[in-house]
Amino acid sequence: MTLELTLILAAAIFAVGLYGAISQQVVVMVMMGLELMINALILAAAGFWWFLAPNPTGQVLLMVILAVMTLEMAMGFAVATLLHRVRNSDMTDMATDLSG
Amino acid sequence: MSMAVGFGLLGLLAVLSGAAVFWVNSMARATYALALSFVAVGLQVLFLQQNYVGVVTILMMVMEMAIMAVYMVMFMGMNPALMPMSMVHSNKAALGIAVATFLALAAGVLLIDWPTRRGTPAPDVTAALGDALMGSKMLVMVVTSPVMVATIVAGISLAQHRTRYDRFGDDLTQRPSHDTQPGGGGR
Repeated sequence: MTLELTLILAAAIFAVGLYGAISQQVVVMVMMGLELMINALILAAAGFWWFLAPNPTGQVLLMVILAVMTLEMAMGFAVATLLHRVRNSDMTDMATDLSG
Repeated sequence: MSMAVGFGLLGLLAVLSGAAVFWVNSMARATYALALSFVAVGLQVLFLQQNYVGVVTILMMVMEMAIMAVYMVMFMGMNPALMPMSMVHSNKAALGIAVATFLALAAGVLLIDWPTRRGTPAPDVTAALGDALMGSKMLVMVVTSPVMVATIVAGISLAQHRTRYDRFGDDLTQRPSHDTQPGGGGR
């Protein structure tokens, strides 16, 4: 168990999540990509806490990351519900009103 | 040594199950793959002595994935949640960006001369976290709480079937109101 191994694993999870967030067309799948990225943040923050500065501040940062994850999920589901209701679709390509 | 092997295997499981989210044929399987990835990371966090955060991560994400599975089956047409599907765009570009991001992050991780550890963990890290949240770090929770309340309000506003904004317009000045029946039916 080293900081480098922890961070490389976190980087791999983050990259997988980034791929999903960019490539997926279904809103829920995009959310899954974002959650994988936040998952990587949890691992990286826990690694920084344990290997560099194991004081309570790092744990509080982890709690904030968990809170951000719940907010992302709640808002994502609400937006997906609205999109399904208004457009009868759950695809990001059907919600490009603000693009360009 | 066994700790290091277990930690590495859990990390590998987290990465592979994360990749499986975008590789398996159905959304239901993708949901459980994501849950597996979160459980693996939660166990890794436990290996790093973050007992409370690790357990909360596992419990929270298992529940969230259960909700997500129900959600997908509920909303998706033709029930593709249980059927093979591939719905991607810009696949090669996304793959290239993801690989480049990983290489950049990994290079940074390996090239940086990381400092040595400062301090030692508290004997009971969970109690230390509680003390911090109720003491010197209370402002963090004080700020997070209204943000969560705002999220609840925003979520309900977005997900509601018909609101006053549907009846009176975005600036609430539209008269007469746009009702499904004269007199205000279907509010």
